[in-house]
Amino acid sequence: MPERFDAVVAGAGPAGAAAAMVLARSGKSVCLLERGPFPGSKNMYGGVIYGRVLDTLIPGWWEQVPVQRWITRRETRVMTATQSLTVGYSTAAWGRPPYNGMTALRPDFDRWLADQAVAAGAVLVTSTVVTGLVRDETGRVTGVRTDRPGGELAAGVVIACDGVNSFLAKEAGLYPAPDPDHFTLGVKEVLAMPRAEIERRFGVSGDEGVDIEALGVTGGIPGGGFVYTNLDTIAVGLVLQISGLAEAKARPEDLIAGFKQHPAIAPLVAGAELKEYSAHLIPEGGYNAMPRLCCDGMLVAGDAAGMTLATGLWLEGVNFAIGSGAAAGETAGEALDRGDASAAGLSGYRRRLERSFVLRNHKKLRRVPALLLSDRMQRRYGPMFCDIAEGLFTVTDPAAKPGLYRLFRASSRRHGLRLVDLARDGWATARSLL
Amino acid sequence: MSDTSPWPEVSFEERMASVEFDVASKPHIVVDADVCRSCTTRACVTACPAGLFVPTHDGGILFNYEQCFECGTCYLVCDNEGAISWSYPEGGHGVVFRYS
Repeated sequence: MPERFDAVVAGAGPAGAAAAMVLARSGKSVCLLERGPFPGSKNMYGGVIYGRVLDTLIPGWWEQVPVQRWITRRETRVMTATQSLTVGYSTAAWGRPPYNGMTALRPDFDRWLADQAVAAGAVLVTSTVVTGLVRDETGRVTGVRTDRPGGELAAGVVIACDGVNSFLAKEAGLYPAPDPDHFTLGVKEVLAMPRAEIERRFGVSGDEGVDIEALGVTGGIPGGGFVYTNLDTIAVGLVLQISGLAEAKARPEDLIAGFKQHPAIAPLVAGAELKEYSAHLIPEGGYNAMPRLCCDGMLVAGDAAGMTLATGLWLEGVNFAIGSGAAAGETAGEALDRGDASAAGLSGYRRRLERSFVLRNHKKLRRVPALLLSDRMQRRYGPMFCDIAEGLFTVTDPAAKPGLYRLFRASSRRHGLRLVDLARDGWATARSLL
Repeated sequence: MSDTSPWPEVSFEERMASVEFDVASKPHIVVDADVCRSCTTRACVTACPAGLFVPTHDGGILFNYEQCFECGTCYLVCDNEGAISWSYPEGGHGVVFRYS
């Protein structure tokens, strides 16, 4: 007889740890399985964790979270090969409780969050791959198989938090065939830099940090770039739509090298020694690309459910993983209490997510991922706005200033943007964001 | 790389040497060399961030699983159903991120 738990959670990332924590706190027996040697060992991200989702789960979380720096300045840069137009915002408020965003190393953060689940009573088993689902004759999920000898586990409910490639959601038939347009490859260099040097280059002090997002730095491949400050390292990397990357036949590390040599980025990163290179997929399809979220005996959360919010202005994932994981844990706990973990019994999961920030944000912003990765957004608007800024801020004496409308029209024409495109995209942007 | 570069860019080998791998004894990715021989796009060769897919002079693909990030890019860009069989390395093995 396989060992039995009320719930088996596959994957001890943020979604799995949150689900296990909630279930263990409600008195359920929970096994939290992790394929890496420790939680976070397989995880990498494009940088900022927004912690307010933890307010109710771990009151006073900011006193104990393994933070690197609190983000007090946020910049979005639109760039061409030689130009850079920055929209930035900084506030002292983000450097005080309850804070806004933080940088953290995933091996630290994920391990800390999984420790909270263990403290609540969950059993964490590392170095163990969930190799498949166990199902009864009706197809209902009743447990998991692992790569340990005799490692089958029976479960009242299984929660699949097995990440972006979720083999469990696919095995359960919840995912249609994955579309490479909906996935991006994140590649990242973590570079060593002394604290004082980070403070000098980025203009911060103490535990303040900076988050820079950049557009137009991916060699024409849909995507973007980023630079984040950790305590004594910085992270610099790119996010590349994989279908575009394949088509361009470009090497990811060459594209990063190009980004690092950009005249607006080089002064921030020059001379810093590579400490770790990493790569990971990101599910960027948003609301319209999500799988079904449950079936008989199983729920899906986090990246496995495509919960990453990649919308240009907002780039969030860890908070959505925690939010969906916690909701899965709550739903599973109630279903176990009622003795009904069928798809119908678990259907409250979706309703719970629709009431929370998780699917409210995703639903509202469902048109943004496709809009953001579109050709005009990726290749034309950035150069247009850079040219307008150059025209606006270049003093043209002895000629008189050209006037904003003339600059705008000349620049939009130069970049092949017709008024009808501008109107259409302006309307689509407004409709997507407002 | 120009000589005027403000810092030396690391070689690909040095780049991959910055990553910790606890290599499993058996490969977690299997490539069907026959399918690859007839492939014209070979998207895996350029897209794999670890550069694990290397074309051979006889038109095949040489594959090395040892320095795999386990990201999944290769099977998603692959045009040929079944050419790349992808799973995870056995528990506790494969890539170990420390600073990401």
